[in-house]
Amino acid sequence: MRNSYPAWLYALIVVVILGAGLYAAPNLFPEDPSVQIGNPTTGEIDQNIRELMGTILGAQGVTPHTVEEQDDGQILLRFETTDEQSTAAEILRNALDDNHTVALNMAPATPRWLRAINGQPMALGLDLRGGVHFLMEVDLDAVIGTAMERYSNELRGRLREERISFDTVERGSRDLTVMFESEADREAAESWLQRQYREELVWESRGSGDTSRLVATLDDDHLTELRRQALQQNISTLRSRVDELGVAEPIIAQQGENRIVVQLPGVQDTARAKEVLGATATLEFRLVSESGDAQEADETGRAPSGTRLYHERDGTPVLLQRQVMLTGDYITDASSGIAQDTGGPAVFINLDGQGARIFSRVTSDNVGRLMATVFIETSTETVEEDGEQVMRTSRSEEVINVARINEPLGRRFQISGLDSSREARNLALLLRAGALAAPMSIVEERTVGPSLGQENIDRGMQSVVIGFIAVMIFMVLYYRVFGVIANVALALNLIFIVSVLSMLQATLTLPGIAGIVLTVGMAVDANVLIFERIREELRNGLSPQAAIASGYDRAFTTIADANVTTLIAALVLFLFGTGPIKGFAITLSIGIIASMFTAIIVTRAIVNLTYGRQRRLNRLAI
Amino acid sequence: MLPHLNFAESNLDFLGKRKITITISLILILISVALLATRGLNFGIDFTGGTLVEVGYPEAVELDPIRETLAEGGFAGAQVQTFGTSRDVLIRLPPSEDDDDPATLSNRVLNALQDGGPDDPDLRRVEFVGPAVGEELREQGGLAMIYALAGILIYVAVRFEWRFSIGSVLALIHDVVITLGIFSLLQLEFDLGVLAAVLAVIGYSLNDTIVVYDRIRENFRILRKKGTEEVMNIAVNKTLARTIITSTTTLLVLFALAFLGGAALQNFSIALIIGVIVGTYSSIFIAATAALLLGVDRQVLLPVKREGAEEDQTP
Repeated sequence: MRNSYPAWLYALIVVVILGAGLYAAPNLFPEDPSVQIGNPTTGEIDQNIRELMGTILGAQGVTPHTVEEQDDGQILLRFETTDEQSTAAEILRNALDDNHTVALNMAPATPRWLRAINGQPMALGLDLRGGVHFLMEVDLDAVIGTAMERYSNELRGRLREERISFDTVERGSRDLTVMFESEADREAAESWLQRQYREELVWESRGSGDTSRLVATLDDDHLTELRRQALQQNISTLRSRVDELGVAEPIIAQQGENRIVVQLPGVQDTARAKEVLGATATLEFRLVSESGDAQEADETGRAPSGTRLYHERDGTPVLLQRQVMLTGDYITDASSGIAQDTGGPAVFINLDGQGARIFSRVTSDNVGRLMATVFIETSTETVEEDGEQVMRTSRSEEVINVARINEPLGRRFQISGLDSSREARNLALLLRAGALAAPMSIVEERTVGPSLGQENIDRGMQSVVIGFIAVMIFMVLYYRVFGVIANVALALNLIFIVSVLSMLQATLTLPGIAGIVLTVGMAVDANVLIFERIREELRNGLSPQAAIASGYDRAFTTIADANVTTLIAALVLFLFGTGPIKGFAITLSIGIIASMFTAIIVTRAIVNLTYGRQRRLNRLAI
Repeated sequence: MLPHLNFAESNLDFLGKRKITITISLILILISVALLATRGLNFGIDFTGGTLVEVGYPEAVELDPIRETLAEGGFAGAQVQTFGTSRDVLIRLPPSEDDDDPATLSNRVLNALQDGGPDDPDLRRVEFVGPAVGEELREQGGLAMIYALAGILIYVAVRFEWRFSIGSVLALIHDVVITLGIFSLLQLEFDLGVLAAVLAVIGYSLNDTIVVYDRIRENFRILRKKGTEEVMNIAVNKTLARTIITSTTTLLVLFALAFLGGAALQNFSIALIIGVIVGTYSSIFIAATAALLLGVDRQVLLPVKREGAEEDQTP
């Protein structure tokens, strides 16, 4: 009897191993300390900026060894040392204006031919590379309040326009109430309101006589949609803000119904990150009250009725009407450019459909009047107080722009009268990045400093290597030639795990390394089962060739059952676990599946090639 | 060369000693349950919520000045301890009801230490878990455990038989309870990593148990003349070498992890080491015994005829 595989199977094994080796290879190349330059406003870097960078850096003696343009329009400068990298980043931060972001990055030095076949090194988790992980919870119920505010403003105007008589519109925290003089008025209003807000509000009649009123609550589907929009808007706002922070490869993703995960690799200044991310900014458009005397109101501190006192950025007082024309909720996009009429700098704002309807109505009523853009921000910031750092929450309301309404405004309009094109760009940036639809708070933070990250990698690798060597020595001492074969399988198993992790771009974390280590321990189990079985068959008097065949066959179902059950446990960990548990489950699952291939098929192939052809095989070194 | 473990001729009477082994296991389980009920687990902030700040000093530091600095800074209830080396200090702050802005607590602590402490520390790690998140993680962890057990129960029932399924889950519960009991006894911190380890123990111990059950099933088929207890004993003996060798290799790696993996992986590896040892014990002494006590015999496993499920149940 002989043991052999068909030729195609040997070929397949070789192909699979070569493929795994190829995709594991990118991990062998070191990382280049790099600086990443981006321009979130335009998305690309001007040619003259590029030349400028080259000149400045050259003059300071820190020339990058490679300059690359990335797919997202950012420029990557690779340096030899981290010292050069930080010097260059410092120089560029000073030289470039605020529209450009300068981020430090460790760029993998994967050769071009490997990148051409999509070969990438494993993605390292924050616990290994250092950085911040935030879990932010969005207060989605706040959208109800905001919506009620918006509807009550809108209702007052529209009811008046339609000449429907009503008394007052009052806003509650979760509903709004329209009061009427009589039941007849109410009935007249109700049918119109029902029609106009069919899919948005649910109306209910209450009271009678002069307490007749209609109470409106948000329609369930509409509320769901508002919440979804608010969450999406918060995510895109966070993304823009993170861009402003200048972070290479950030991750911003929804988690669950009302949470957002923000991962910022390499960020050390967590205090600043929290300030920027947590700031809730909104925008409002209000009419300027041109009859009142703003200067006087500023001095006395009393604003005429129906108005409120605001200040422009330079401190000039300005009186605005209490009623809001439009809130920033409706802005879908903003960009800077040149005003067609005056040729001066301008910001172009895009509204969604509903915002456009409201805005066109209120502006057509007020052509020729002044309109102010108010930027409202609630932020937590660190302030120095009696020599101590104190965090405090502050709300600022600033008039960032006052402009005359030249014509009725619709979906797309411009805010002109800005001082410079730079200001226009900044305003557009603020409008795009600024508004959070609902307030957020940080409910989980995990920050790992860079020194600890490196230490985790070093220690993790060290324990993998030592554990690996210990198992290998044990296997050779105990199973001799078969032990060597098992060790080849073990090494292949490790290469498979690394290559699959690289291909999937699954994130390797510290618990992930622990999973690899555990897999190393457990992967030999399949071989132990097989080898023990072969020995048993030898003792039962089978010939070596028959013992090999029977050992592999009989051990197979056991291995399969044992591994499938472990895989079930790993799968459950993956589905229900978060963060560290997930990382562990991923490497454990990959390891188990890879070990089925390496420990059974690959070792069998080697055994076949070693012993399978020998006609007279008297004993096995097992 | 190592001497081969040769249990080929061994016929240790594991099942005959079942009174002793079951008594030992029951006592261990009772002690563990009592410990869990009275002392409970030392839950880490992953499950309780709170803030953890790890700072690194350039040189070894005394903890008392750090405690004083924190007390002066108004961080009442801060627990301070060294972590791994005498230069690394771990500060734990319980979740606070009256702190308006718990998310920035870590920054305030770091500022206080950098301004007033004995030396200028580096930030090494911050973990902040809001109380609601902590509760969720605890819930998810418990659910994960239950789902894992249910999944295994179903798979084993399909591949073997329901008695084996119950037997293997009993062995798992045995392992998990005793591992948790030891964590409670030593008051080692129980965090997400340790939970992952406990779940891995479930996978590992099951692996062991399935190997034994697989052999029991096979032996019933081959050894037609022998009694149930003897068949099971032979199965445990035949798999003994494999059980011990696999545990050895796994423990080799786990010890490497425990000693070289750094403080962050210490509790994780300790949980696995305890779990692997207990799991090895249970797959040798408990798994087969449980199957025997649940009434597994040849007829249950190898029904005479396949047609007619009713026939199988007739004694």
